[in-house]
Amino acid sequence: MTNLKELRKELKYDKTNSCVQCGYCLPVCPTYLTMGKETHSPRGRINLVKMLGEGRTSDISVLEEPMNLCLGCRACETACPTGVEYGSILEAARAAVNRRKKYSFPLRTVRNVLLKKVFPSKKAMNFMGHAMWLYEKSGIQATLRKTRLTTKLPYHLGSFEAITSKAISPVERANFPSRVAARGTKKYTVAFFTGCVMDAMFRKINQLSIQLLAEVGCEVIVVENQTCCGALHAHAGEVGESKKLAKKNIMVFEQEDVDFIVNNAGGCGAMLNEYDHLLEEEPEWFERAKKITEKSKDISQIIAWCGGISTKNHTAERVTYQHSCHMTNVQKVIKEPLELIKSVPHSEYIEMKEAEMCCGSAGIYNIVNYEASMEILDRKMEHIKETSTTTIITTNPGCLLQMKLGIEREQLSSQMRAVHLIEYLAEAAGLVNTRIID
Amino acid sequence: MERQQIEEVQKITIKGRVFEEQSDLLSYSFDGSFGTYVPELVVQAKDTQEIAELVKFANQEKLPITPRGQATCLSGGPLPVKGGIVLDLSKMNELLEVDVEDLVAIVSPGVLTADIHKAAEKVGLMYPPDPSSSHVSTIGGNLAENSGGPRGLKYGVTKDYVIGLEVVTPQGEIIQTGGRTVKNVTGYDLTKLIVGSEGTLGIITKAILRLIPKPPASETVMAIFDDLVDSGRAISKILSSGILPAKMELMDQASMEAVENYEPSGLPTDAEAMIVIELDGHPAAVSDEAEQVSKLCQETGAREVRVPQTPEGKAEVWKARKLVSPAIVRIKPTKISEDATVPRSKIPDMCRRLQEIKKKYNVHLVVFGHAGDGNLHPNIIADKSDEEEMRRVEMAVTEIFEAAIELGGTLSGEHGIGTMKAPFMEMELGEIGLEMMKRIKQAWDPNNILNPGKIFPEPGQRLVLRE
Repeated sequence: MTNLKELRKELKYDKTNSCVQCGYCLPVCPTYLTMGKETHSPRGRINLVKMLGEGRTSDISVLEEPMNLCLGCRACETACPTGVEYGSILEAARAAVNRRKKYSFPLRTVRNVLLKKVFPSKKAMNFMGHAMWLYEKSGIQATLRKTRLTTKLPYHLGSFEAITSKAISPVERANFPSRVAARGTKKYTVAFFTGCVMDAMFRKINQLSIQLLAEVGCEVIVVENQTCCGALHAHAGEVGESKKLAKKNIMVFEQEDVDFIVNNAGGCGAMLNEYDHLLEEEPEWFERAKKITEKSKDISQIIAWCGGISTKNHTAERVTYQHSCHMTNVQKVIKEPLELIKSVPHSEYIEMKEAEMCCGSAGIYNIVNYEASMEILDRKMEHIKETSTTTIITTNPGCLLQMKLGIEREQLSSQMRAVHLIEYLAEAAGLVNTRIID
Repeated sequence: MERQQIEEVQKITIKGRVFEEQSDLLSYSFDGSFGTYVPELVVQAKDTQEIAELVKFANQEKLPITPRGQATCLSGGPLPVKGGIVLDLSKMNELLEVDVEDLVAIVSPGVLTADIHKAAEKVGLMYPPDPSSSHVSTIGGNLAENSGGPRGLKYGVTKDYVIGLEVVTPQGEIIQTGGRTVKNVTGYDLTKLIVGSEGTLGIITKAILRLIPKPPASETVMAIFDDLVDSGRAISKILSSGILPAKMELMDQASMEAVENYEPSGLPTDAEAMIVIELDGHPAAVSDEAEQVSKLCQETGAREVRVPQTPEGKAEVWKARKLVSPAIVRIKPTKISEDATVPRSKIPDMCRRLQEIKKKYNVHLVVFGHAGDGNLHPNIIADKSDEEEMRRVEMAVTEIFEAAIELGGTLSGEHGIGTMKAPFMEMELGEIGLEMMKRIKQAWDPNNILNPGKIFPEPGQRLVLRE
């Protein structure tokens, strides 16, 4: 009985009681729609936790596949009429599986290297950035692409190779300002959260973000020693690792007296928004976490609050917006990005069907669950094609990569592009000269 | 099930899928009501012929089969209480054809009810039954349970819109009942017998639904009452005044309080009741009716009457009603949702009886629902881990059923009997009445393979809400 009690605690069984199994989550769950069975629905996954907590089965491995194949997009939380904390149940379940699981060697290596060594390390991520640059410039890329060797990379990494953004040189990379003054009258002082994937793979977007923030009237501080937000770890059930990173960020950011902490990645923003939840069982950290959480905002909010951007002549085009799940379902930031998109003159915004549904990127999901992810992506691309737009706007690096991959898969790269909202706005504001295509 | 039987089912199922992993079996063990029953096998069907063969095999082997849609059921319909096979029909959703000349829709069982609404509305028609789960529930489930919804007041329930069915019999034969005509008196009305039979007489594989023209306009009236019984009188009075609203919904004080605590919407928590009425039809008619309804509410003691003029204003009023369900489960986790229904004239009496029951058993009872058709939804909010409380809830639920029947009503207006209400069947139908139903079941399904354990009580079965 003690065991069951402990298991209930470990699995956050009490939180499952607010699920009344009404099924309202089914139509918004991407994996339920593509896999077509209750086992891969939010209600089904919660039920499996209930079954374990109630001792109807003692085999915790029943959770493994259903929890691993969940994208963690949390659209179910938005649809849920009774406020079930699905994200928290999911993370507890994944952690419980991890504790008992011996991963096969290659998968364990991918997980460990990515999660524990690469994302949290500025050096490693910088190295990846450099490597990407060298890879492109040296002609290795061209050779590999020509010989189609990239298709031989493990875990379908070849598919991702084709879509990585144009790398920037080490000189440019090191050249990151630590403080940028506001243009005109200062409205806010903000700290910029660089993020790990954003910083390594999309540093250009980070630079444009800082420029745009300054343009609209923010003094921007790039705090040193900040690290990965920990989202990817939490989603993979590595909560301990995630807490370590959160604490480091809290310590670093609380040293600056700023109005807001601004990020440009929906997933990171969601994590920063939940630092208080993450550390709720550690009283000495909870209040500090809460302060960071309260200040954390998405860049679209800040730009909108500053009155938007002033645009220079922008060419007419049809655009669509792929919502970031964590921005929609966790941060609940929905209207600001749309307002900003619609504020660009000559741009026609077309909403795609199932606009708020996940694209299948979901952290490292598309690497470890490639097939499942591609099924979701293909459905998404069908809806995008129906809009006849030429630009897909995103607000998170994972989504951006996935959209680029979708365009490649559909062989549409000559007529369609995927950009981050910031790139789109920077173009409209005349901060970049040429049309961004990769 | 024996290994050999499973292999045989796999051989039969070519277009469909067979699930036998433990995680899958556990995932088909529940619905939106109470209880967990793990099936021995799950078959996800895609094809009528395969279903027929599967049922034939199950009948030969005497294996229970329980059909299932998306399991939003509130009475235990899709629970495999005797084990065997759960037959998931939710992926048999490819046929949705609207015929504007015959005014019918032809659908396969896995089609979502809301998709039928959309397809009909696209061509200016309407499929009236509107259970609040219609964006999740399948039409197959609605047919099996004979679902209702707010519009039941004016337009009736699912059975009033079904004119033809394709059914797989318990012996695995495929039959057609009814057809595409509204008038059809050829022989017994098997269509109406199958609808609402909760999957105990056959598996519905196709349905022909009747559509009507979509009313061009609607008006909303909201009235607040200091006395719950007065609101009941207002409802009766409106209904006998020659006006038939499309919807007439009631919220009592407890449900308004719950909504206010959940999402403040400016509801008057000091009042005992609020009714929200929707009138639909010709624009001139509905605005005139809205005026009359407002007057009648004032005459019966409404302290405030509002007729919102903008679409946003109307949506605001209906949103508050929609929030009741989610709001009340924030109070305590276990919701026992009943749908005992009384004749319209007895609505005030039923309101009074419910208040007495609430006091007598000291339970958290909330009343809201489709008041206009006597289908009040008394919901009891409890905590299933508190055994003493659940015992009181059992007694309160029993007395709600007794009250409804004493007032000339019924155990279930729209949710179905399933498992929980089975012990009370004889109370409503009498011994012989129930026996006649049993004989129908025995004649159709002598081996009792289709959804066994539902509708009919086991000897000595009592209502138990404790696990």
